[in-house]
Amino acid sequence: MRIPCPYCGPRDSSEFAYHGDAAPRRPAVGNAAAMADYVYLRANPAGPMEELWYHAQGCRSWLVVTRDTRDHAISNARLAATRSPA
Amino acid sequence: MRYSVVSLLAGALTGNRRWTPAWRDAAPKPAYDVIVIGGGGHGLATAYYLARTHGIANVAVLERGWIGGGNVGRNTTIIRSNYLLPGNIPLYELSLKLWEGLEQDINYNAMVSQRGVLNLYHSDAQRDAYARRGNAMRLHGIDAELLDQGAVRRLYPFLDYDNARFPIQGGLLQRRGGTVRHDAVAWGYARAASDRGVDIVQNCAVTGFLREGGRITGVETTRGTIRAAKVAMAVAGSSSQVADMAGFRLPIESHVLQAFVSEGLKPIIPGVITFGAGHFYISQSDKGGLVFGGDIDGYNSYAQRGNLPVVEDVCEGGMALMPAIGRARMLRSWGGVMDMSMDGSPIIDHAPVEGLYLNTGWCYGGFKAIPGSGYAFAHLIARDEPHPAATALRLDRFALGRVIDEKGQGAQPNLH
Repeated sequence: MRIPCPYCGPRDSSEFAYHGDAAPRRPAVGNAAAMADYVYLRANPAGPMEELWYHAQGCRSWLVVTRDTRDHAISNARLAATRSPA
Repeated sequence: MRYSVVSLLAGALTGNRRWTPAWRDAAPKPAYDVIVIGGGGHGLATAYYLARTHGIANVAVLERGWIGGGNVGRNTTIIRSNYLLPGNIPLYELSLKLWEGLEQDINYNAMVSQRGVLNLYHSDAQRDAYARRGNAMRLHGIDAELLDQGAVRRLYPFLDYDNARFPIQGGLLQRRGGTVRHDAVAWGYARAASDRGVDIVQNCAVTGFLREGGRITGVETTRGTIRAAKVAMAVAGSSSQVADMAGFRLPIESHVLQAFVSEGLKPIIPGVITFGAGHFYISQSDKGGLVFGGDIDGYNSYAQRGNLPVVEDVCEGGMALMPAIGRARMLRSWGGVMDMSMDGSPIIDHAPVEGLYLNTGWCYGGFKAIPGSGYAFAHLIARDEPHPAATALRLDRFALGRVIDEKGQGAQPNLH
């Protein structure tokens, strides 16, 4: 599996650390139920999924990678820094 | 029919041509008392114990594929109960006790072999951690022995004891652990459940739930609508997909775990060995193949196949542990999809939707748990209260902060 890093080009996935689903965004402090959702509950889709990968052995950027969990095909990778704030 | 020495001899003398199928390949009826979604080890065991222990035999097991085609046929066949935390220990020990009487119970040779599970330690700190684990086991009445290097050498003289980075100092041994023929577990439970009246329905995928007033009253399937007073799900790998149909999310990610087998060799490894400095475990099947595995690939996957970096990592672990393995050729590798939970421990509980029961989150330790999980799940379904061995395995433990995190990794499923 190769991940197309916007800085480094296509690199082996073993250079990256995986942080899972990119969808959950940290809720405001004080809402315990929303915080439990954020920490523990996942959609876990079978199909295209946006997820966070960290290019630890490369440019050390956080990426949002769109990958199909059924066949591991990657359709997009962009810098997480370009996301709108939560 | 009951298997016996007489029936085996009669089969042999007639060229083994007179055996009939071991269980009924049933067509679904319009309604049941209980529907179990998922015909893997956990689903079949649940149906069996519903019929045997609770007298509920009007049960259907709905399997999307075929019996034995999922994780029950994809694991590395190891059984053990060497857990640390009080929330987990009773369930796994219940399971090991049921393994010990399984073959007599279901009249089927599952090749339960208590050949011992040895976890090696490679540092003083790891020795202390294993001593603590062994003490926790013994406090629960479970066998555990802390071996020094000399005792491990007598068991396994061929390991690399003087490895410069990971010298083997000793190990924690559970003699009652071992291996079981996994296919026979699927077939044996299927046969035993079917004999008691359970309908095993193959090629029957659940596509949706029936509801009346918010309560689940049955399922829509590719083989028609089936009603039931209670619906239970034991669908490891696909738990989030089934939960999504019922309208809720789970603290679960699906990950792929690979397993490997070598060409057949003469007997060399009498028990199960795990490497403590990496993630690698190995045993030898009765057919002679070395059966081994290691870490999950580490990213969400429903693909039932993995990638090469983990193959390399597993083989490096094997070479560090027993360099002789480098002479053997790898025959096959495959992948199975695991329910990785947020604390690394399973869930046996009511679902957030009335009428639905939940059995999920076994991570990559589901095979050893099959009898205990089925027994406790059947108890929950029949009596609507948790089995005493599974009281901590609740769904709400995450929101309440009562997680059961054996490794202390936090809510990061790919690290458990």
